Amino acid sequence: MNENKLKELKRGSAAIRMETLRMMRKKGYGHLGGAMSIVELLSVLYNEVLRYDPQNPSWDGRDYVVLSKGHSGPALYAALALHGFFDTEWLGTLNDGGTRLPSHPDRLKTPGVDATTGSLGQGTSVAAGLGMALRIEEKDQKVYLIVGDGELNEGQCWEAFQFLAHHKLHEVIVIIDHNKRQLDGKLTEIMNPFDLNKKMESFGFHVISADGQKEESIYDALQQAGGVKDSAVCILLETEKAQGVPYYVDREDNHAPKFDEAANRELDALIEELRMQVEDGGK
Amino acid sequence: MWKLTEQKGEQEMRKVFVQTLDKLMNENEKVIALEADLGGASGFSKLGKSHPKQFINVGIAEANMIGIAAGLSMRGLTPFLHTFAPFAVRRACDQIFLEGAYAGNTLNIYGSDPGVCAATNGGTHTTFEDLAVMRAIPEVEIYDPADGVQLEWLIGEMIGRKGVHYIRTTRKQMPDIYQEGSVFEIGKANVLREGADVLLIAAGLGLKPALDAAEVLQEKGIDAAVVDMFTIAPLDADTIRSQMSGKKLVVTVENHNITNGLGGAIAEIMAEDASGIPLRRVGIKHEFGQVGSLDYLKKYYGLTDQNIVDTVIKSL
Repeated sequence: MNENKLKELKRGSAAIRMETLRMMRKKGYGHLGGAMSIVELLSVLYNEVLRYDPQNPSWDGRDYVVLSKGHSGPALYAALALHGFFDTEWLGTLNDGGTRLPSHPDRLKTPGVDATTGSLGQGTSVAAGLGMALRIEEKDQKVYLIVGDGELNEGQCWEAFQFLAHHKLHEVIVIIDHNKRQLDGKLTEIMNPFDLNKKMESFGFHVISADGQKEESIYDALQQAGGVKDSAVCILLETEKAQGVPYYVDREDNHAPKFDEAANRELDALIEELRMQVEDGGK
Repeated sequence: MWKLTEQKGEQEMRKVFVQTLDKLMNENEKVIALEADLGGASGFSKLGKSHPKQFINVGIAEANMIGIAAGLSMRGLTPFLHTFAPFAVRRACDQIFLEGAYAGNTLNIYGSDPGVCAATNGGTHTTFEDLAVMRAIPEVEIYDPADGVQLEWLIGEMIGRKGVHYIRTTRKQMPDIYQEGSVFEIGKANVLREGADVLLIAAGLGLKPALDAAEVLQEKGIDAAVVDMFTIAPLDADTIRSQMSGKKLVVTVENHNITNGLGGAIAEIMAEDASGIPLRRVGIKHEFGQVGSLDYLKKYYGLTDQNIVDTVIKSL
């Protein structure tokens, strides 16, 4: 990846992070941790990888994004707004009565949202269905399924993974956001996933590891995943919950914090820093 | 238009389902059949042989099947999926609610062997609550067809029809009620028999006993109307209102708990209208299911024509 492209992707990440934090800052709360850990992924997807038409969100030839960890919806909304699906002014309406941006994604409400998610695990099966439809129709489009590592507690994920592996359904690229935390604490304390790489491999997946904080690593992994044609494919994205927001990275409450004054100060400073990064064209 | 048949035949409902789907799959490559490893029980395995590209067996994973079907429908395919009624409605309730109804996707669900039709599969496989669950989900259409003619017509109507459609019916034989080629209207109840004294409202497994009970009552000088409420949601309140007007008694008959099923739905209308007409609900009285032959269970839970006759006579 050349330097300019990387700069553009980093700038894209800064913009998504900034807009997402602004939305939450305005509300005084939000599912911060899991939204932050997919920011770099969303930047790479929407800037470099996905085929889509913001003027025609239901374009038949698009790639699909199924954000199965639906609580990270605000980051998706930021990405969609920044890529022209709707006005960025909508972002200020998150969770307001009558908004088109509910906390969890709703395909009937928001342009560019492909799947309604929020009841964890369910997006995995929907992605499998979309992938199977593409297989039946003999299309070369992809379904990018973003699933949380905590979400993998849900048995339905493994039902869907079995299905993907059985059918070698490479039309679906499973991306596990391995941020090592779930709502109540560390995965290793709440429900140990053990070695996810081995686990997915033993389920029949071609597993690609990537650094979810580095755009170039994510890009390479997605390119590699797109070339897999003989099995189901999974990117194990090593991330950090609340990544890019140092104040929250190691905090127990970083899943969905309510912001106190100290947090507000930190977030304001970070938002300003991100704004400058966006204006400077990325660092 | 529909007509009652004079013949005393019967049809195996799963055969009707499979044959009708087979025909539709020939005509329309967008029709996809899904199974959760009950293809031998439903006959859906035959569709896998005749249309391998239009058949998906997801294995024993009903929740996954619902989500997959929802995903298929997002690409404009028309999924028909089968599992036993409890494994659809109870086990995959959240998936039907969320990825089906709430997300605006299309699911055509064949929930087989509802209520006492579970028979020798027993209490674990018995749903006396599927209507209650599905009735509470907005926009879901619920069908309880009474014979093969009605079922065949119904399946055909699902082509191009968006939304969640729950078809609850046995896999086994149901007596013929309608003439071949009868045409119905979704959401419109069929008045099979006019009558001045009593209104019997039934669907599915309850319809034949209701018709037979009306005959017996006639001999006793009681004039009973019979309505086939094969669409349980959306409910045809207009026909209920016009039919109950002037009656001395309304009796519902259902292969389901009397709470929140067909009888519950009728009770809501009658209460809101302050009809003042007594209502009796023939059905399961808040009990669990159990194992046994269909005949044994119908008698045990009081779903026979004699139970309906007794209820009417006792209540008038």
